[in-house]
Amino acid sequence: MYTQAMDTMAKEGKGAPRAVAALSAEDAQRQARFDERIDADGRIEPRDWMPEAYRKTLVRQISQHAHSEIVGMLPEGNWISRAPSLKRKAILLAKVQDEGGHGLYLYSAAETLGTSRAQMLDDLHSGKAKYSSIFNYPTLTWADVGVIGWLVDGAAIMNQVPICRCSYGPYARAMVRVCKEESFHQRQGYEGLMVLMKGTQAQRDMVQDAVNRWWWKCLAMFGPPDADSPNSAQGMRWGIKRFTNDELRQKFVDATVPQARLLGVTLPDPDLKWNEARGHHDYGAIDWSEFWQVVNGHGPCNRERLAARVKAHDDGAWVREAAAAHAAKHTPVEAKAA
Amino acid sequence: MSTPPALKDWPLWEVFVRSKQGLEHKHCGSLHASDAEHALQMARDVYTRRQEGVSIWVVPSHLIAASDPEDKDTLFDPASDKIYRHPTFYEIPDEVGHM
Amino acid sequence: MNTLDAQRPAPDAAPPQAPLDYLLHLADNAVVLGQRNAEWCGHAPILEEDLALANQSLDLIGQARLLYQYAAQRLNAEGRTSRPSAWPAGAVTEDTLAYFRGPQDFRNYTLQELPHSPGLVPNAVGERDWGSTIVRNFFYAALMVLVWERLAGSADEQLAAVAAKSLKEVRYHLRHARDWLVRLGDGTGESHARAQAAVNYLLPFTEEFWSPSAVEAQAARNATGVEAATLREAWNAIVDEALAKATLQRPKPVDAYVPQGKSGVHSEHLSYLLADMQSLARAHPGAVW
Repeated sequence: MYTQAMDTMAKEGKGAPRAVAALSAEDAQRQARFDERIDADGRIEPRDWMPEAYRKTLVRQISQHAHSEIVGMLPEGNWISRAPSLKRKAILLAKVQDEGGHGLYLYSAAETLGTSRAQMLDDLHSGKAKYSSIFNYPTLTWADVGVIGWLVDGAAIMNQVPICRCSYGPYARAMVRVCKEESFHQRQGYEGLMVLMKGTQAQRDMVQDAVNRWWWKCLAMFGPPDADSPNSAQGMRWGIKRFTNDELRQKFVDATVPQARLLGVTLPDPDLKWNEARGHHDYGAIDWSEFWQVVNGHGPCNRERLAARVKAHDDGAWVREAAAAHAAKHTPVEAKAA
Repeated sequence: MSTPPALKDWPLWEVFVRSKQGLEHKHCGSLHASDAEHALQMARDVYTRRQEGVSIWVVPSHLIAASDPEDKDTLFDPASDKIYRHPTFYEIPDEVGHM
Repeated sequence: MNTLDAQRPAPDAAPPQAPLDYLLHLADNAVVLGQRNAEWCGHAPILEEDLALANQSLDLIGQARLLYQYAAQRLNAEGRTSRPSAWPAGAVTEDTLAYFRGPQDFRNYTLQELPHSPGLVPNAVGERDWGSTIVRNFFYAALMVLVWERLAGSADEQLAAVAAKSLKEVRYHLRHARDWLVRLGDGTGESHARAQAAVNYLLPFTEEFWSPSAVEAQAARNATGVEAATLREAWNAIVDEALAKATLQRPKPVDAYVPQGKSGVHSEHLSYLLADMQSLARAHPGAVW
């Protein structure tokens, strides 16, 4: 799913790439070679030299992307036990499982950059690392599940497809895997909503209500407007970020309007209309203060989401220790970690 | 905040999968598991749940030796043969302090 | 040799069918355990196990779906005009059976419906305990590898097909549970204590596997099913091997209440589980999802 790392880093003022001290002759050569490869749209692999700022930025972005996937299991997981048919239960469980899997691929990619799963989880649980703001909202009805599949996954796909071509090899490859699975999720979310819209009045009302609650939050998912996102430029220079926030947001709106029409739902924006001159849809003003409130930890579900992750980790400590203890007792010495 | 030891003690394993129609094992990514059998089971659940009849290899990451990056420049560090350049996940005794 | 073969009817007789209640017993076991294991999704001790248990849940839900679909087919074919009033009008589906039967109609072992922190009444909410989950999964999987193996030779072809698929799955579930049982039993002092507590609490629930059942006897008579009591020795062998490896003990056998979930007399836990599982479907009876 989506990470807002690049943009929120600016507002937080922390961890922004600092000006590097003058490079030694060797490093200057390495930097030149690195720049050449980036400019040629080549790949940087785990054993290659890279500027420290590039490495740090990637660790941050990839790990926060991974955290988003894991925390994202909770709002949708909220409806697994109550799914109204066995087929939908299986579909939802498979989807949430996939999200866990995406988190795994991404943690795995981040570990190639010198961080560890334990460290990344520590940062998440302590509140130091962020995850996508969209998962700090509650899923109040079954229709929320379908709307998340349609809109939230749809937004995530817009952001993720370009990252399949990002400069860092393991991240790009993880994203290819993720994107294959994600498009399946979006289709199923949309298909589930189509069934509801062809159903009872109560089901149709449920869908419209969910759309009303989620639409604006999905638009905000793409991050602050370009004018307020100074770090985007560096990300684009490094081949990590391929399109600006506003570009992606516009693409998303343009793609979603016909989908909404087909579904028979109204997107809750009176200013949403086709602009012939621009060749795009105009849309209304996003409430950025609400967005920052949530990013800063004060949304409807921030505390509960994080607490659930911390609890799972803490309660599971004895289990992890047991497995490690058992392995230590039964594994030959040579096979242990150097 | 200190790193919780329990997760650190589950080593990192690299996973290689050959699909039913495949000719060779391909590297898929990594995961944490407490022993080889566990790693195989996890790899099945994480990397192959949509495929049947695959072959899975798991190898502790630290046991893999890797070749140098393409640029065979002597300015680069002599071959530390680990697959990942950055040392953070190698065990450093706490007493040594920050590295 | 599969002893079900010895009882096969003459080839030109109508193909035998497993009793409906037998199908529901198998399906209810799967759906209730699938429901319980899915509770770990997003909360497991390590991310890799979130995926592992979700996989098992999906397998179990899949088994339940095939069995409920088959049972629904049979009910529709019977053309009975009277249906329980709670059931939506129209053809019976897998969802009618999963969502519109009450606890007294469910035929799962009581073992399946226990929360992950057994030993408390439902309103005294406990923590999810990985040890309980593993031990319960182990006891059930050890039984089902034996049951599905026999049912793969069932005279009811549709049931035999379900069995063949389920056998592959449950072999994996057994491996997963058994390996974890050993890690916990032979892990740390704490994990050993928790695993032993789970074994002590849950083993008595398995007595229900062996109690006489008219439905199982009926299924055995027409070679479509198996009386679980005939599998007891083999099950004990699997369990004892694993317990020994795990350095765990069986609790001393005691003359205690034997649960009767498979006859529809459940623990207090099932009605809460079903209230949660069925609530949305029942709020919109007849709706399509």
